[in-house]
Amino acid sequence: MNMRHTLAATVAAAALTAAALPAQAQEQFIPLLSYRVGDYAAGGSGFYGGMIDYFNLTNAKGGINGVKITFEECETGYVPARAVECYERLKKKNGGATAVEPLGTGAAYGLLDRVAVDKIPLTTLGYGRADSADGKTFPYVFPLITTYWSQASAMIQYLGSKEGGMAKLKGKTIVHLYHDSAYGKEPIPVLDAYAAKEGFNLVKIPIPPASGTEQGAQWAQIRQLKPDYVILWGYGVMNTVALKTARKTGFPVTKILGVWWAGSEEDVIPAGDAANNYVTMTFTPSGNYPLVEEIRKTLYAKGRGNLEDKDRIGSVYHLRGLAAGIMYVEAMRNAQEKYGKGKPITGEQMRWGFENLNIDDAKLKALGATGMMPVMKTSCADHEGSGATKVQKWNGKKWEPVTKDWIQAERDVLSKLITDSSAKYAADKKITPACAAG
Amino acid sequence: MNWQAFIEVLVGGLLSGVMYSLVALGFVLIYKASGVFNFAQGSMLFFAAMTCAGLVGKGLPLWAAALVSLVVMVALGLAVEKFVLRPMVAQPEISLFMATIGLSFVIDGLAQIIWGSTAMKLDLGVEDMPLEALMDKTGIAVSQFDLLAAAVAAVLVSGLAVFFSKTKVGRALRAVADDHQAALAVGIPLQRIWGIVWGVAGFVALVAGMLWGARNGVQFALTSLALKALPVLIIGGFTSVPGAIVGGLIVGASEKLAEVYIGPHVGGGIEAWFPYILALGVLLIRPEGLFGEKIIRRI
Amino acid sequence: MFYREAGQYKTSYADDGQIFPIRQDRYAIAVLLLVAFVVVPFTASAYLLSGILIPCLIISLAALGLNILTGYAGQLSLGTAAFMAVGAFASYNFVLRIPGIPLLLAFALAGMVAAFVGIIFGLPSLRVRGFYLAASTLATQFFIVWCLTKFSWLSNNSSSGIITAQPMQILGYTFSSPASKYLLVLSIVAVMALALKNLVRSNTGRAWMAIRDMDMAAEVIGFPPMRTKLLAFAVSSFYCGVAGALYAYAFLGTVEPDGFSLDLSFRVLFMIIIGGLGSISGSFIGAGFVFLMPIALNMFFGATGIHMPESVKSNLEQMIFGGLIIFFLIVEPHGLARLWQITKEKLRIWPFPH
Repeated sequence: MNMRHTLAATVAAAALTAAALPAQAQEQFIPLLSYRVGDYAAGGSGFYGGMIDYFNLTNAKGGINGVKITFEECETGYVPARAVECYERLKKKNGGATAVEPLGTGAAYGLLDRVAVDKIPLTTLGYGRADSADGKTFPYVFPLITTYWSQASAMIQYLGSKEGGMAKLKGKTIVHLYHDSAYGKEPIPVLDAYAAKEGFNLVKIPIPPASGTEQGAQWAQIRQLKPDYVILWGYGVMNTVALKTARKTGFPVTKILGVWWAGSEEDVIPAGDAANNYVTMTFTPSGNYPLVEEIRKTLYAKGRGNLEDKDRIGSVYHLRGLAAGIMYVEAMRNAQEKYGKGKPITGEQMRWGFENLNIDDAKLKALGATGMMPVMKTSCADHEGSGATKVQKWNGKKWEPVTKDWIQAERDVLSKLITDSSAKYAADKKITPACAAG
Repeated sequence: MNWQAFIEVLVGGLLSGVMYSLVALGFVLIYKASGVFNFAQGSMLFFAAMTCAGLVGKGLPLWAAALVSLVVMVALGLAVEKFVLRPMVAQPEISLFMATIGLSFVIDGLAQIIWGSTAMKLDLGVEDMPLEALMDKTGIAVSQFDLLAAAVAAVLVSGLAVFFSKTKVGRALRAVADDHQAALAVGIPLQRIWGIVWGVAGFVALVAGMLWGARNGVQFALTSLALKALPVLIIGGFTSVPGAIVGGLIVGASEKLAEVYIGPHVGGGIEAWFPYILALGVLLIRPEGLFGEKIIRRI
Repeated sequence: MFYREAGQYKTSYADDGQIFPIRQDRYAIAVLLLVAFVVVPFTASAYLLSGILIPCLIISLAALGLNILTGYAGQLSLGTAAFMAVGAFASYNFVLRIPGIPLLLAFALAGMVAAFVGIIFGLPSLRVRGFYLAASTLATQFFIVWCLTKFSWLSNNSSSGIITAQPMQILGYTFSSPASKYLLVLSIVAVMALALKNLVRSNTGRAWMAIRDMDMAAEVIGFPPMRTKLLAFAVSSFYCGVAGALYAYAFLGTVEPDGFSLDLSFRVLFMIIIGGLGSISGSFIGAGFVFLMPIALNMFFGATGIHMPESVKSNLEQMIFGGLIIFFLIVEPHGLARLWQITKEKLRIWPFPH
């Protein structure tokens, strides 16, 4: 009897919540599938803090043509099943979700099929499936700015330029030290393609996710190989431990090149001195941008900022959240231009907004974010929009730029891989690739 | 075969093994005295490291921070004993085990509410760098920090051994471990002994937490160190302090050697399961670990 | 008063041996099934179906599987997620490599593969017991996930090692709407739960319980420990395997081996201990509790409107969840199912307890 009552109550409660909230006018709702507990809490709190700060700033300046952004957080703990539950819970709320950003590979996979059915764009900022840049097969997925494949391409180009030309990479040894999961394996096809093309020797050394805290064996191998470079493709504690262990085994830190998820303050500060002069990729270089100052003044000075620790304002994860905020707001503005100014838009219209993003230099300047992110322009065939990255170096206090210009991914190397891989997905799922109308 | 490299991997592995032993020690203490498999040991370690690093961040000198953390950890141990374990006396082992997992959620949450979720660094004043003299002479890299950790572990284990065998409390502890009811019958205050054990476990967690925190950075992943300690416990036996040390050495050395010399032939990453398979092998020969007490079963 | 069996006579062996000997129970179950099969699909929102009920049912199935092994046969295991992973990857490969294979057959075969793997990893249980066994089942967990990551053939050479579940089609009908997926999952879970209920009442089930209570004594009175234990591993893994297949096909859609982590194994173990070891309804209650409680806490904090930083809120939720687990274990170490049973006993004699 108990159980029956509970069930009946749950059903009734759910029916009530579904019916009780009519769409509110002039508000644009964004669900935030954030995580502030667990292994990756440091990244989650910084990133979502940045997104929320930007939304609050936009609202403080009168919203998007008068439309205010509302949002609700839902704790996922980086667990895919909880992320899916959060998504299902929030997708119909407050007039419907406009777009969603789970900041987690597992969670993004769980949402991949759902967003296409619900017509809600899924953004995966610098992670997720690289082949989802193909908007014909993945109309509702946007790996904005750059993907892992673009990053791998940029990394090899950077190493080439460091050697003094791509041809000089011939005969060199490069170690791909990676998190042994979908995340770390994603770039392997691209790295393989480059190894074949440029003639360097690629050695892949995995680190089991469960034992990221102990890398003595892997670095002992690296010490014997004496590679010219080590690509560090890690996340969370693995990055800190890698830097620490490299120092312990006497491997020079200058020969390590980290990915952008290995290039935040949270990765290097706990490593202490071992991280000095460590170099990583980034798509949101650190700097003192007018936008960050504005947020400091408008929000944090009045106690309305989202980060609890004010030292983290302008940190890598925070900037990444701001960049996401910029793209969300610009996509909404875009969609409003087409579908009616001053009116909230639907997920479908938001999709059009994302697919026709054009954030150029003038735009970035107006936002006070020149150099904070690359210029980008999306289209149906290119949901990524940019593919450009920079290289940064940790000087013991903050990240400073190494490359002046953005490194562009070599599209000719990547495009075939993307088409092949997305064609396989389309065949698995029985999708006919085509550009969405609108 | 390159002997230099082999020795380097072996020594590095043995020293890592000592670090595992430090974590395993906390498990052994509590299991021995009260039959509880304390999964929250990893969280206690995390809590200790966070407290210590957090206090240093607030400007306290290291020794003072360590002292305050010690008081906090012993208090935490006592509180756990009083509010979680005592109401559950004589429950099935598995329920106790689950309660400690629930406990780990509480401790993790508490640590992050107090100190935040960002990673911190903890500097013990010893650089985690290869010993230069040895490096120059033989080309073998051995970290001086790891040597310090090994020394600390040695002191800790001998201290515990003396404590167990020479002091009155220690003898009472062993009596409790042997047979709760008999110990109670000869007048040993069971609850006080358990309180002491949990307090000591808090202290061990602090030592392990400070060393691991200095080695890897103070962050949430410290909680998962419990997983590193498990194969050590299986091999050494859940109830043996020397077993924890020997088990740690075996696991540390073998997993590193396996990863370096077998790993590349099968795609790498075998470290994740190798210690467990090894432990399984040991169990098939000795079902209660190398040093565990032999379980005699009667109908 | 309402829950009294006075006047219900059992006049045949069939009456005596039925699953729910008390009429009120039969009605309750009938109503529950009716609600679950007929009312819920039509009235529940898509959120309730695909965000809560489907994952909850699937995870209940895994909990049932683990309960066979741990609750009935007394073998503690921490490898549940690995068997789920085997089921997910096996069913993907069956559908991929055998064109036109009926989906349910693929699920069943995937369960068989998981059962086979379960038998292999169950072998140490013949010699190892208790926590030593639990810790060594971690070998299963890590080894299987490692295999799935390493052998790219298993994920059809996908570069990142992930698999994308094919659309679910049975007899030409595609299960794509939340309600249809829910009904499919519910049917499979209901049938398997019923089968299990019968299995544990049979000779096999009694052999398991005998082994659980004291394996040496069981051996003396003639239960072969090897066959009994390995059968428990096989059946348990079969259930987990099917649950894993459903997890990939009916819930997430795209999965990576790493998603079947130790964390998931732990959560399933939680469910059966909180719910009740050796109890079918306990598996469901426990799964509901462990799955729904964090969500309920999250909603509760969202609804109260107490102003506090989001991270404090998240951590507090976790602490309360942990505290509740401890609380329930202190109040009733034998699980929620036991609480329900006590309530039933009380109801039976209410309002005249003597």
